[in-house]
Amino acid sequence: MSDVKKFLYVNRKAPHGTIYALESLEVVLIGAAFEQDVALAFLDDGVYQLVKGWDTSELGVKNFQPAYTALGDYDIQKVYVERESLEERGLSEDDLIEMTYEDEDDDWAEKSSIRIVSREEMAQIMRDSDVILSF
Amino acid sequence: MSTGFYEVNGKQVPHDEEGYITNLSDWSKELAEVIAKQEGIDMTDEHWEVVNFLREYYDEYQIAPAIRVLVKAIKKKFGPEKGNNKYLYELFPYGPAKQACKIAGLPKPTGCV
Repeated sequence: MSDVKKFLYVNRKAPHGTIYALESLEVVLIGAAFEQDVALAFLDDGVYQLVKGWDTSELGVKNFQPAYTALGDYDIQKVYVERESLEERGLSEDDLIEMTYEDEDDDWAEKSSIRIVSREEMAQIMRDSDVILSF
Repeated sequence: MSTGFYEVNGKQVPHDEEGYITNLSDWSKELAEVIAKQEGIDMTDEHWEVVNFLREYYDEYQIAPAIRVLVKAIKKKFGPEKGNNKYLYELFPYGPAKQACKIAGLPKPTGCV
């Protein structure tokens, strides 16, 4: 493809209480069909979207967290999580779900998609993106 | 929103305007045969293989995979002779993801318009 753009989907809201997290996920899944360079960013309360062990039984909504682990199948290999946002909420990488992809250039080895980055690095990632969609 | 019903063993199972069932828990093998017939498909072991695979995929990830993802996943599980567009379109001529998901009782794949 000649005109590949760098897309960054920015997730800043808690998974429940608003429809933003689910909508973002749906747009990511749809957008993945267009074979662009797609990355996801999680910061502020958005990091809660990736915290293990959702229980939505009392919320009356489907637990859509397993869908994040399918993103590797959709060729999404870059999931940036902001370290400061985790720390401010008493969280660390160990609290997050596993997200993996298979590296075509490395005999389909399974690798983690999650990259913990600093606030400063996150700003640079945003500057380097062609299209930013914020949820 | 339900706009019609499938008849299975004297029971009515509601579906939407495109034929996807409204309550995923209404699904049964008998219902799958009824939906398939309406789609003009005679269910063979090969059809069931794909339908069962989709149900397992949905069970694990809570999403119905897009066609590209389905092809890749089938290839991984059953090998390249089945994990390709030609094979899957021969089984499900109106679109493997769309049609097989309908028969499997899943929602329409996200991004399938």
